[in-house]
Amino acid sequence: MNHSISLTVNGVRRDIALTDPRVTLLDLLREQLDLTGTKKGCDRGQCGACTILVDGRRINSCLALAISHDGASITTIEGVARGDELHPLQTAFIAHDGFQCGFCTPGQLMSALGLIDEGQAGCDAERIREGMSGNLCRCGAYAGITDAVLEVQQKLKAEKERRVA
Amino acid sequence: MTPDIRLNQAPAHQRHGSNIGQPLTRRDGILKVTGKAPYAADHHPKGMLYAVLATSSIARGRVTFLDIAAAKRHPGVVDVMTPSHKPALAEDQDAKTNPFMFKMELLQSDAVRYANQAIAVVIAETLEAATEGAALLAPQYQALPARVGLDADESFVPPAVGLGHPAIVEHGDTEAGLANATYAIDATYETPAQYHNPMEPHAIIAEWDGDKLSIDTPSQGMAMAQMRIGGLFGIPPENIHIRSPFLGGGFGSKGLISGPQILGIMAARLVGRPVKLVLRRDQMYGPVGHRSPSRQRLRLGTDAAGRLTAIEHQARIVTSTFDDFYEPAADVSHTLFASPAIRTAHEAVRIDSGTPLFMRAPGEATGSIALDAAIDEMAFASGVDPLEFRISNDAPVEPITGKPFSSKALRECYAQGAARFGWAGRPLKPRQMRDDKGFLVGWGMGTATFPALMFAGNARALLRADGTGAMETGAHDMGQGASTALAQVAAEGLGLDLDRVEFKSGSSDLPDAGIAGGSAHTATVGTAIHNAGAAVIAKLADLAMRDERSPLFGAGNAGVVARNGRLHRRDDDARSEAYADILTRAGLAEIEASGTGAADPAAQAEYAMHAHGAVFAEVKVDPDLGQIRVTRMIGAFAAGRIVNPKLVRSQLLGGMIWGVSFALHEQAVTDGRSGRIMNANLAEYHVPVNADVPSMDVLTVHEHDPHVNALGIKGVGEIGITGSAGAVANAVWHATGVRPRRFPIRISDLVTAR
Repeated sequence: MNHSISLTVNGVRRDIALTDPRVTLLDLLREQLDLTGTKKGCDRGQCGACTILVDGRRINSCLALAISHDGASITTIEGVARGDELHPLQTAFIAHDGFQCGFCTPGQLMSALGLIDEGQAGCDAERIREGMSGNLCRCGAYAGITDAVLEVQQKLKAEKERRVA
Repeated sequence: MTPDIRLNQAPAHQRHGSNIGQPLTRRDGILKVTGKAPYAADHHPKGMLYAVLATSSIARGRVTFLDIAAAKRHPGVVDVMTPSHKPALAEDQDAKTNPFMFKMELLQSDAVRYANQAIAVVIAETLEAATEGAALLAPQYQALPARVGLDADESFVPPAVGLGHPAIVEHGDTEAGLANATYAIDATYETPAQYHNPMEPHAIIAEWDGDKLSIDTPSQGMAMAQMRIGGLFGIPPENIHIRSPFLGGGFGSKGLISGPQILGIMAARLVGRPVKLVLRRDQMYGPVGHRSPSRQRLRLGTDAAGRLTAIEHQARIVTSTFDDFYEPAADVSHTLFASPAIRTAHEAVRIDSGTPLFMRAPGEATGSIALDAAIDEMAFASGVDPLEFRISNDAPVEPITGKPFSSKALRECYAQGAARFGWAGRPLKPRQMRDDKGFLVGWGMGTATFPALMFAGNARALLRADGTGAMETGAHDMGQGASTALAQVAAEGLGLDLDRVEFKSGSSDLPDAGIAGGSAHTATVGTAIHNAGAAVIAKLADLAMRDERSPLFGAGNAGVVARNGRLHRRDDDARSEAYADILTRAGLAEIEASGTGAADPAAQAEYAMHAHGAVFAEVKVDPDLGQIRVTRMIGAFAAGRIVNPKLVRSQLLGGMIWGVSFALHEQAVTDGRSGRIMNANLAEYHVPVNADVPSMDVLTVHEHDPHVNALGIKGVGEIGITGSAGAVANAVWHATGVRPRRFPIRISDLVTAR
């Protein structure tokens, strides 16, 4: 069997020969493309550990067949930092201790990036909690996660206001 | 002569910025936020195959047919491991030669003893082929009726509970205490089976090279896993190299190597290639342990003044039909409250499930929600505020043993927690408070407790002529932050800035650090590190003090202090010498020394050692719909010395969330007909999501404990659950007037009770 797709992964276009039409985006990233930062927690779309951005929207990559995303642009946790320079959200997660074991963290970060981009939560902690509730954290680092997202939202808002002024 | 070195007595202002007590951020933070932290399943050795388990859909009986031919016909399938086609083992998988050994299902027969038990392993070139192959096996069974639930069978008194504790403990005359009580309560509570559900499923990548075995797998106890694997495969433990630098959570489920992990090793042996086996989420509900359900009856009595006259705590728990682990649910009543009579008793029932095992605060979590609820009922029955009741009945010495506490700042926890929460003025009666939306508001509290345990661990310290040091220990970081906190202890022990210390852990070729469990890892390994540091500094000091060219020559009687990479004379701080200079002059590239950490039996005989805390919770309940929201929680904890306040806060918050979960969310539901768990997934087995978690805060109360260990560390990994679960339950009662008697609390319990 030969099923070829092309994806733009973290800004790099890749032509990929799928080993099997049943391969999910998650398994493609982890098992074929050596992008193991994206995690498999449940493989059923229930935990959010596999969250990535596809064409700018956050999705559970375990529920997405790779073959149905031919031509898509994908951002994974490996594509968030610019070289050695962390994204402000990554810095905020570290500063607020928004993780313990770290297994859900890539998914939390990708979900938070999606949330920020959606512009639906703003600086409202309660709406951030709601918007981040598709990503389970069994260690219970929710307070730090919320604080980290809130801090970045507040910075973005302040920057926007400065620009308008 | 042994130099007088008192590293931990150096004045605080002389300490470095990086050592004990500093709220450092996690040292592995960058790895974790960039996706570069390597978890077991991220590895991909050359030639690796994928193994997928086929698991039983019945709870009792035997497998009569597997369509192995169909599985093997599927493209990519390499082999199917079954009871009649598997590598031979050197040891009976059901043998029990030590108390930490539990029976495993390693395809020893066609018998099924619980649902989700492995019945075959399909090995293939791709994950997709292995998954499909496992489905194609289409097993057929001869099923027997499943025995499920707390009333499945006649109960019996277990030989012991937990790790060797007596099943029945009697102190004083509880019947007399109850008969003479002015006020008494008799309440029965039920708690459900719970599953650890770390975010990272159990995973193993196994690679054989002759009789040498290389493994990537998450482990809370690498040395014990080496022993177990070595026994099963008939190879020396040192032939097994386990790498476990990062665990995606464990909570007890990765303390002992599990059957499926062994099956991964067997599969690699069978096919002669590296094999990766990762459990599906539903496959974690069976072979990797869980928390037993319980039914607990508490009978309490007080005199007219509200002083306890008796505590009786009975617990019925379950174990599997084939093995023995008994959740010590009632033992939590031994230590917290003063009572002239205390009786605890366990009885057990065998059911068709996987063997229950250690899950975060095993016994304490299960027992404390019932004890906290009963204490709340008792306080109300005797007309006393629950905080006042707890303070007036607080045990000044450990009640049953009569031992003094090595330290116990519980009263300060009560005081500081209550002040921060704003407990004063709480109405005694329930259903007295409403918010501006008309929701019922309730305030409840609980008492947190967990023993200050120590196991055994080792560390090796090195000092190098370039002025750096290293500390090596096979410690386990499952998210609690061991690789940060222990590195801080190492920096302090070596008298070096953290940046100059290479800290190595998470691999079985390092000194055996015991097990990351029982909230004892920091205390145990921290003590080993402290002792290793002191030993290597002693060697260094010896070199300097014997050398006429050193400014420290002859300082033996006065002793030296190690600080910032230099040894200073204790009696003349200006006379000092750099480690590097001492080693260079001696012509040594490095020196090393080892240290061990273990409990001091003399101190344990003399003192009762426990961490404590007080948790306060506010809930709001919709009066029409019964929906419960926890809105506010404050936990105040005293746990000895706090190595890293930032990480400790996170661990305590996480524990408190587990408490909320215990009270309101978690429950495995077993189908009575099939014996299968009906919600073996993360959508229907509810754990708190971000929106479920209220505004929470944690206080750590200062506690100096000179007895628990040299560093005064008690541990914080599990205590956060205790007290928290009960505080939420008691707040629900205070809001609604309905006493929750089964957990998790259901809306239907609140609505139908009215």
